Amino acid sequence: MNAPASFTRDRLTHLEQLEAESIEIMREVVAETERPVMLYSVGKDSAVMLHLARKAFFPAPPSFPLLHVDTTWKFRDMYALRDRVAAESGMELIVYRNPEAERLGINPFDHGALHTDMWKTEGLKQALDLYGFDAAFGGARRDEEKSRAKERIFSFRSASHRWDPKNQRPELWSLYNAKKGPKETIRVFPLSNWTELDIWQYIYAEDIPIVPLYLAAPRPTVERDGLLLMVDDERFPLRDGEVPVERSIRFRTLGCYPLTGAIESEAETLAEVIQEMLVATTSERQGRAIDRDGGGASMERKKQEGYF
Amino acid sequence: MATALRNLAPADAARIEIEAFLEANQKKSLLRFITCGSVDDGKSTLIGRLLYDSKLLFDDQLAALHSDSRKAGIAGDGLDLASLVDGLAAEREQGITIDVAYRFFATARRKFIVADTPGHEQYTRNMVTGASTADLAVILIDARQGVLTQTRRHSFLCRLLGIRSLVLAVNKMDLVGYDRARFDEVVEDYDAFAREAGIESFTAIPLSGLNGENVTRRSDAMPWYDGPSLLEHLETVEVAPRRAAEAPFRMAVQWVNRPDQNFRGYAGRIASGRVRVGDEVAILPAGTRSTIARIVTFDGDLAEAGAGRSVTLTFADQVDCSRGDLIASPDGAAEPASRLAATLVWMAEEALVPHRTYWLKIGTSTVSASLGAPGAVIDVNSMAERPAATFGLNDIGRVEIDLDRPVPAVRYEENRRLGGFILIDKLTHETVAAGLVEHVSAGSGRRVGAPRSEAGEILWIGGSGTTDRAACAARVAARLKVGGRNVFLLDDEALDGLIAGLGNDEVARAETVRRAREVALLMSRAGVDVVLEIDARSDEAWPGRLIDPSQAEREGADQWVI
Ligand SMILES: Nc1nc2c(ncn2[C@@H]2O[C@H](COP(=O)(O)OP(=O)(O)O)[C@@H](O)[C@H]2O)c(=O)[nH]1
Repeated sequence: MNAPASFTRDRLTHLEQLEAESIEIMREVVAETERPVMLYSVGKDSAVMLHLARKAFFPAPPSFPLLHVDTTWKFRDMYALRDRVAAESGMELIVYRNPEAERLGINPFDHGALHTDMWKTEGLKQALDLYGFDAAFGGARRDEEKSRAKERIFSFRSASHRWDPKNQRPELWSLYNAKKGPKETIRVFPLSNWTELDIWQYIYAEDIPIVPLYLAAPRPTVERDGLLLMVDDERFPLRDGEVPVERSIRFRTLGCYPLTGAIESEAETLAEVIQEMLVATTSERQGRAIDRDGGGASMERKKQEGYF
Repeated sequence: MATALRNLAPADAARIEIEAFLEANQKKSLLRFITCGSVDDGKSTLIGRLLYDSKLLFDDQLAALHSDSRKAGIAGDGLDLASLVDGLAAEREQGITIDVAYRFFATARRKFIVADTPGHEQYTRNMVTGASTADLAVILIDARQGVLTQTRRHSFLCRLLGIRSLVLAVNKMDLVGYDRARFDEVVEDYDAFAREAGIESFTAIPLSGLNGENVTRRSDAMPWYDGPSLLEHLETVEVAPRRAAEAPFRMAVQWVNRPDQNFRGYAGRIASGRVRVGDEVAILPAGTRSTIARIVTFDGDLAEAGAGRSVTLTFADQVDCSRGDLIASPDGAAEPASRLAATLVWMAEEALVPHRTYWLKIGTSTVSASLGAPGAVIDVNSMAERPAATFGLNDIGRVEIDLDRPVPAVRYEENRRLGGFILIDKLTHETVAAGLVEHVSAGSGRRVGAPRSEAGEILWIGGSGTTDRAACAARVAARLKVGGRNVFLLDDEALDGLIAGLGNDEVARAETVRRAREVALLMSRAGVDVVLEIDARSDEAWPGRLIDPSQAEREGADQWVI
């Protein structure tokens, strides 16, 4: 963390400790698994995770590829940043789109929950199988919601990618048991102990590039089903009477643009975003339509099915 | 935390203030603690109170809190704080193993990670997991009940796991009229116990989690108490005891970083002490010496680095060093050990099988380990020891462990990161136990892993079909004899006198394997090739080579013998 060369302070700050811990986790995975991959969703957590990976293996670039499980429905700004950042990191970028979803033209407007199931859940499984990845880094954090609080850092999946709740291992000290049977895979969450505030502070301190959508700007929006949606391209079908209105908005979390709710905000700089955070608005998953269908247990269900 | 900021409009003044705030926030420290309490002591309420009062709850969580509280029929503006941290009930019903839930909150000075260990069924296992990473423990006591058996159990486990900072939270003071005499009585009781249990010091705080007295603010209801509130104590207590910083330098190598011919770095996280460029270090277990040339990080080279940092080191000269090795101060910072005396906490449903081999992961080494007969089991309630034939779920006991090759180890007391280990079942890959190194020794002198040129081969015939096995063993032995070797076929019949009276359960089977192994080792040392034809699992077939009869058949049984 831009530590001066003659670093003599005895105690690490909380961000330094979180950083050191995440780096340690990533190195363990690379040492103990055959073919790891980093799931890169272009969001702020992915940005931090990628930055940490570059630190962990410096001066070498991380030896594993980045995998973007694409849905073709991400914000345009996300695709732009993804390609730029991947090139800068010197890592291979794999973009995977479920061919079946592509063929059927699955989209969030006409297909509801199927959109996430096919593009993301199925897409991820297909990609892991196709490339034979046995470990996948994901950017999930324990503070995201109550049910994640007890998630392990190393989370095991059966050969069919199911999360077996009865087969999760206790994690003691920093000793991770990465042994697994043939075809079993591990999801690894190196950011488990980071909070949303830690993520923002780290991005601020380390000057990590993020998608501009996290900062407020005037953007065309419509209000629908309680979400403030951004009209990111011409594929957005307007309903009767809907007229896009320009509002100053930003996003706390980024997914497929038709599923991601914005918040009205004037925070044009990172510092202002952090300030707004401290005045606590709504926790970030509220902005994502995915958690709404099926109520509180739906995240758990998605996880059992292999979705992150 | 940011109460002052809350009232400011996002004007320029505010911007300057937020930047100053961020700078200050950058310097926060981190405290990991565990809360120990029995059901109904008020643990969830207390954690909920800390989360609520540190104001890092979001609107929707607050809305849910208010509606949950209404549902639960809590009157007035009383909030069901416990509902903030519940959310494990559903998982419990589904039979999901929950060991620890982690909660986060922060103040202007510190970030906190709380390990919350729910449930009583698996209490020992859960608490040990949570305590393994905690710097401090908050031990809850219901003021009405005082020091109970479970208080002793919690304290014992915390001390076992090396937590030196203990807070005795005497809760529900409202129910004893905030009475000073009652508080003093409880503290006195605990003090007597602590002295007996070897607990050097603790901090006692009278509080009411429900009413928030002495939780995040000092209480007006207890003017007789002049100590800090719980949160004040948590914010200011000295963490990461200086010990770790003052201890000798030690770093287990996680990963050798070798992007090209010109760079060879050793990546790891510093477990103790400090390292400076130019320091002489030893590489264990080999004992080779070298000098630190660079301390490499993404943010530039460092002149020195201390405990807790993840770094990459380079040496001034070319030396052998790989994952699992320990880079340490040259003056006896660690010993290569092939035998460990340890305390085990058994975490699996299946009991320990004496003499079975498990994977043992310690530091960054994973080795094959053979457990000796279980020593005493420690009763966590009375701390009394009793002999045991095996360890079952949640048992804590002592055992001697032989490793198939020496690893750098230190005692747990000296360093938690390098003296703690896990045992992994070789077949199911489950983590079956947590271990604490009590004593390290070089072992009995037999180097099972190191083949000697004149030693005989040890060949295990695998498979469970007895006919297959016998036929295969006979073929293998015959071939070796043809090659001019001195061969001995070690089967149940040959072992007869050695295993008489053992019985025929799983324990007896594992013991048979162990005895056969010892015999094979002796014969091998005398230059005899040994073909073992006994009922051994593939993970028990060591040292030597394992031959699968079905495989051997297909391949013509040729290549592997010669
Ligand atoms: N009077 C009083 N009741 C409390 C206090 N703390 C918790 N309780 C009550 O004790 C019961 C158990 O509390 P809970 O936090 O769920 O306990 P847990 O099982 O240890 O998590 C609940 O009815 C709480 O309202 C306290 O400080 N004073």
